[in-house]
This record gives sequence, structure tokens and C-alpha cells, in this order.
Amino acid sequence: MKLSLPLAMLLALSLAPAARAANEADYKSAYSAAEAASKEAASLRHQWTVTVSALAAAKKAGDGGDFNRAVAAAKEAEALAKASIFQAISEKEAWKAMEIR
Amino acid sequence: MKARSSILLGSLSAALVAFALTSARVVAADKIDPVADAKAFQNFFFQKFPTVKHEDFVNGPYSMNEDMKRQWQEKEEFPPYEFALDAGKEMFATPFKNGKTYADCFPNGGIGIRQNYPYFDEKEGKVVTLELALNRCREANGEAPYSYVKDEMASLTAYMAFTSRGKPMDIKIPDDPRALAAFENGKRYFYTRRGQMNFSCASCHVQSPGERIRAEILAPALGILNAMPIYRSEWSGMGTTSRRFVTCNSQTRAVPLDPQADEYRDVEYFLSYVANGLPISGPGARP
Ligand code: HEC
Repeated sequence: MKLSLPLAMLLALSLAPAARAANEADYKSAYSAAEAASKEAASLRHQWTVTVSALAAAKKAGDGGDFNRAVAAAKEAEALAKASIFQAISEKEAWKAMEIR
Repeated sequence: MKARSSILLGSLSAALVAFALTSARVVAADKIDPVADAKAFQNFFFQKFPTVKHEDFVNGPYSMNEDMKRQWQEKEEFPPYEFALDAGKEMFATPFKNGKTYADCFPNGGIGIRQNYPYFDEKEGKVVTLELALNRCREANGEAPYSYVKDEMASLTAYMAFTSRGKPMDIKIPDDPRALAAFENGKRYFYTRRGQMNFSCASCHVQSPGERIRAEILAPALGILNAMPIYRSEWSGMGTTSRRFVTCNSQTRAVPLDPQADEYRDVEYFLSYVANGLPISGPGARP
């Protein structure tokens, strides 16, 4: 379990699409995907601070018209949020492995 | 793409195997047994630190390090929480606008009762911490609640802890399935990994007490609430239990919960119950 979380994060990050100048539509779709994942993480009460920051950075770059940066930050936020969701789900059982008995 | 998908498959199957292993282990032990849990918890620390006197575990990092303990004992002659204690005592004695005081809200006028908090309120069906009870007292008397992470709350709890020093922690779990569920939920919160660092409370306070993390020495989880609230030089002031939980969550890059969220109330219940028998030592002072 310990190994699979960083692995999941790496995988999620490595699935980012190849470079091409991003436009506003790319940003909007990347942002809404990230936002949805982050909301799910928050509802599981497993939100990470870094997800919140990446999402804020995406918004800031998007508002400023820097869509390349905005898309990159949104993808990062989505990957982080997905990793935190993975953590929340796996910990539903995995926490017991750490228990003092 | 081929390499990538085989990594994906590899990690997926590793996760599945790990999942199968952990779930097989736990099916057998699903009964909630706080007495057995507390015994195992205490034994773990007593065996891990055989030279630490049992009642010393309540002194946080000082129980783990002789040099630090000496510095602390010198400090205790002019304790940095003194001002908070004085403020708390005065606040405690000062009537609300309606003429009542905190003493009217608590058993024994609020003196020498710290060891009984948190308790399970069977009417509400939830855990009530001392900080929560204090704010409820204020609100019931027409006063605005205090921030859970600021000085006023720390001063009040400092005074109440001080009048209870030396009394053994005495947390009850009534025969009520909701109380057992709260205990279990607190236990789960304590052991659940969270944040980008993937740490649980136990990663630091069970697996690594006595070790350094940046400039600090980690306190053992056993008796970890007995010294609350604490003065910390790093905060240049006092910190409540709520403030400490929020800080510990943030350290692992987890978004903290709101102070007095159910999980925090429950984890306080769990940690206090497993410390039953160990003396109240608050307020504490930390480097
Ligand atoms: C990354 C490691 C880490 C994690 C995870 C962590 N803490 Fe802490 N905690 C610390 C450090 C560092 C301190 C300050 C030094 C000390 O007293 O241990 C501390 C202090 C405390 C204290 C005050 C102890 C004292 O005597 O001063 C309490 C109570 C506490 N933590 C509870 C928790 C709870 C509950 C959790 C889980 C929600 C948690 N901690 C998770 C690192 C951690």
C-alpha cells in the first residue's frame, strides 16, 4: 500500500498530454476535471493542501490568460486530488495495519 | 505506452494484494473493545521505553530526552504559561453579563475536573470536549463563543488543567453503542494516513516518538493530551488541543478539519481514554 500511492501519483502525472499551446477551452476542461476530483477528495475528508494550492495556481494563471501554465497546474491538481482519493479509499481498511494490538 | 501499462498493472496488482492481505487480517477482530485497546496501547509504550516512568509519559517530548527534561525542569521555575494561567483564573471568576460564571456550567464548579474530559454525552449522542463545553457554557449564558485556536480558550483550559494536576485521567465509555462507535472512529482517525506525506498520527507519535523532526522531538502518543494546553516558543504563546490537531494535520499537507469537527472530538476521546490512569500535567511548556 505504501508504494502504490506515490506510484499512482507518478502515473497520473505521466499521463499528461504532449506539449501543444493550450487554449482557454483546454484550460476550462482541465480545470473542471481538477475541481471535480478535488471536491470528491474534500467530501471524503482527505483533501491535501497541495491540491488546493495547485488549483488556485491554475485559476490564477487561467485568469491571467496563461493557459499553458493553467492547464499544467490544473492537471497537477487533478493528479494530486486523485491520489488523495485513492488514499481515502485504501485507508478505509489499510489503517488497521498500523494499529497497536 | 507498453511499459507504462505494465507499470500500471504491476502497481494495481500490488495494491490488490496488499488490500487482500490487510482485509484478511482484520475480519476476525471487528469487536470494539476499548479496555483491551487501552491495555495494548499502554503496554506498547511501556515496553518500547522501559526506562521511562509511567507517569512521565504525560510530559510529551521531555519524557523522551534527558537533556531536554533538565532544561524544562529549570524552566518550570518561571513557567512561560504563568500569564495564561493568571488570565484564565481571572476569566473563570469574572461573571458573564447575566451574572453567572463558568463555575455554574461544570460539576464541582469546574475545579479539578479536567481528567473527566472529553466525555460522551448520551443526550447528544456525541463526544463533548472541554473546549466545546466551555464555549457551550458561554453561549448558554448569552456570550459569543471563543476561537478554539486562540489565547482565551487556552487560558481557560490552562486554568482548569492546573486545578486538576496530578489527577489520573478518567474517561468513561458508557454502555451505549454510539459511544463505542465514537471511540472506534477516533481510533480510525488516529491510524488513518492522510495528506500528501501519507502520514497518520501514529506514523509520528507511535512509530517515531523521541525522534527529531526538524528541531522538535516527537511526543509519544501515550498521555499526549494530558499536558494540554501547551505554551510553545515557536508559537510564542499558548496552544489549545484544537490548535495542535490543526497544526499536526497541516504538517503532513492534509487540509485540517474545522476545530471540534466530529473526527477531532472522537480522536480526543480515543487518545484520552487510552491514557486513563496517567496524571493530568497541563498546562505544559514546550521549547
Ligand atoms: C509529521 C509528524 C506528525 C504527525 C503525522 C502528527 N503530529 Fe502531532 N506533533 C508533531 C510534532 C513535531 C509535534 C511537536 C513536538 C511534540 O511535542 O511532539 C507534535 C505535537 C503533538 C501534540 C502535543 C504534544 C505535546 O506534548 O506537546 C499532540 C496532542 C499531537 N501532536 C497530536 C497529533 C494528532 C492527534 C495527530 C493526528 C491527527 C498528529 N499529532 C499527527 C508531529 C506530528
